[in-house]
Amino acid sequence: MAAMMASGQKLGTETALEVDGLVKRFGDLTAVDGVSLTVRAGECLGLLGPNGAGKSTLIRAMVGRVIEDSGRVMVMGQAAGSTAARMALGWVPQELSIYPRISCRENLGSFGRYYGLKGQALKEAISWCINWAALEEKQDEVAKTLSGGMKRRLNMAAGMLHRPKVVLFDEPTVGVDPQSRNRIFEMIEALRDAGTAIVYTTHYMEEAERLCDRIAIIDHGRIIAEGTKEELVEGTFGRRSQVLARLAGEKEAIEAWAKRHGGRVTEETVEFTIEQAGEIAPLLDDAKKAGLELVDLSLRRPNLESVFLHLTGRELRD
Amino acid sequence: MIFNVARTALIALKRDRGAMVLSFVLPLAFFSIFAVIFGGQHDSTPRVTLIVVDQDKSEASESLVRALEQDGSLWVHRSPVTNKGVRSGPDYTAATAEAAVKAGDAPVALIIPQGFGQHPIAFGPDSGGSTLELLNDQSDAIAPQIVVGLLQKAAMTSMPSAMEAEGMKYADEYVGGFTPAQKAKVDEGLDALRKEEADRKAGSGSSGDGSSENAGAGIVAVNVRAVVGENKKSPMISFYAAAIGVMFLMFTASGSAGALLDEAESGTLERVLSTRVTMTKLLAGKLVFNTVLAFVQLVAMFLWGWAVFKLDFFSHLPGFAVMGLCTAFAVAAFGMLLASLCHTRAQLGALSTLVILIMSSVGGSMFPRFLMPESMQKAGLLTINAWAIDGFEKVFWRDLPVTALWPQVAVLLGIGVVLFVVARRVARRWEYA
Repeated sequence: MAAMMASGQKLGTETALEVDGLVKRFGDLTAVDGVSLTVRAGECLGLLGPNGAGKSTLIRAMVGRVIEDSGRVMVMGQAAGSTAARMALGWVPQELSIYPRISCRENLGSFGRYYGLKGQALKEAISWCINWAALEEKQDEVAKTLSGGMKRRLNMAAGMLHRPKVVLFDEPTVGVDPQSRNRIFEMIEALRDAGTAIVYTTHYMEEAERLCDRIAIIDHGRIIAEGTKEELVEGTFGRRSQVLARLAGEKEAIEAWAKRHGGRVTEETVEFTIEQAGEIAPLLDDAKKAGLELVDLSLRRPNLESVFLHLTGRELRD
Repeated sequence: MIFNVARTALIALKRDRGAMVLSFVLPLAFFSIFAVIFGGQHDSTPRVTLIVVDQDKSEASESLVRALEQDGSLWVHRSPVTNKGVRSGPDYTAATAEAAVKAGDAPVALIIPQGFGQHPIAFGPDSGGSTLELLNDQSDAIAPQIVVGLLQKAAMTSMPSAMEAEGMKYADEYVGGFTPAQKAKVDEGLDALRKEEADRKAGSGSSGDGSSENAGAGIVAVNVRAVVGENKKSPMISFYAAAIGVMFLMFTASGSAGALLDEAESGTLERVLSTRVTMTKLLAGKLVFNTVLAFVQLVAMFLWGWAVFKLDFFSHLPGFAVMGLCTAFAVAAFGMLLASLCHTRAQLGALSTLVILIMSSVGGSMFPRFLMPESMQKAGLLTINAWAIDGFEKVFWRDLPVTALWPQVAVLLGIGVVLFVVARRVARRWEYA
């Protein structure tokens, strides 16, 4: 495994995970509405969406924990939930799903046995996981006494014992300090570079930008955009830029001004999309006429956050 | 401000169903159970089952047995009977009656020896009257006392002629002899009494109401002999080891099974189910652990009883192992079911406290079931406690062989299997969305 990790990213052509026309309803609520996705070996797919968008149901369907109304999920060519698919899939839930009262090594031993490992293979798997999660010095400590970041790493390691070819990370950095977060990024990059297919959900845009080769944005149970970061920005904004203006004045006047120029009012700023810098001066002239005082103005290229906001109408962290 | 604090506490209590149940339902349930057992709500103070062996077959012995049969405090069996009261074998002999007491079919057996009819009454220790033999089971200290008292009452009311004849004999002997006129008067009185007794046998006379307050003074001589527990140093130790043990086993088992709820809440359960472990395997694994845990607890309890209270543990190991494992299995499955029925630890705490305390009181963990009214004794058979305690009693008290445990083993294993199957079905809610 160590040799594989050192060999650099291997983006394969093999489809490791395939979701095809998946629909899941809970009563009147359609949580997942015809989602189709593929993830190749060595690829990291970011799954972004506001709360309640259907991410968790989609992830659980990939694990085989959901009885779908239609469509299918295949893991390494096997139906999700089958024994072969379970053995090919690693799942790192958002919750700390470990046994708090036993040590790191004992936790890993338990999960390893649940995956059918024993003897030397189990020992090697535990050692690899401890090394991968940088828990060598804490391996005999009881899980609940670890720091938040270490618990997260142990939580991740518990899903890796059987060396899965597809790994689902569900917000693995929640509540983690920046230093530990970096360590977690390195762990995931090592996996990806070794050829593991990864699905990564997060509320942090910078994480998606750093780790993910492709990003799928899900809202109301549907994939509303999918592609690389550049493709998403290009597809959403073309070559346009964003103007962010902060003004002092009456709220109604600000809203009327934004509406006249096709802008969007957020908490403190008004956002406009422009194609050329020359469009800025007329905006400011009109603001002055409306009795608004300019406090701050900035021009930026749209990013993933902008795409997300544009498509869903919500901040990613809402 | 004080009002606001109280108001907040009230809102929290209204939201907490478990606390509500513990606050109101549990006390009412307990009050009702104790009221039924000790409050005489039903006029059925528990009847004592009495086996009678009439070796004399005389008029006097027959009168005595009939008087006992008519007493509302006794169930008198001359032969084995089924649960429905149907005769199921020949009349008891002294040997079969003793065996029946040893087996726990009845707490006492009365042997009326041959020759009783010739000297039924005993005024004093050297009176030469026949001695009745009462075989008893020491685990029930109350039954022989009741029977001895009722025997005196029955003798007074059922054999007045014998009593008068015996009395006159002593008067004649110690007073210096009756005159012919006095003797004629006495004989006349005796004839009248005998006629009355004959009429009563022919008719529907009741034996009970005319009893004397002094009946217990020893009109008939009774020799009480323990045939079960006669060599036991501490009669109730094994009972309480089993009774208290089972109750606490149930608390431990439900608490231990509650780990399932912790795992469900933390997401660990779902994660485990995403590995090769299925729900059936998961529950079976927890059942095995909880069974072993409960068995080890029982071992610790009985070892403590041996070390501190002289409980004869090591000469009953096979029976203990059988009963211990069956009890532990049933209790573990019971805990699994409770845990799978609940959604949170708090719910489990409330439900298990309610159910376990009620089962323990009805099932005999808090006081012996023979003290309870019959209906309550029958209700007790629906509990794990009653079957477990009966089984341990057979082992430690009656010294019965392991083969005699089959009813308790069958019921406890059956309870365990049924509860586990139900728990498995209920646990389906954790399996798939």
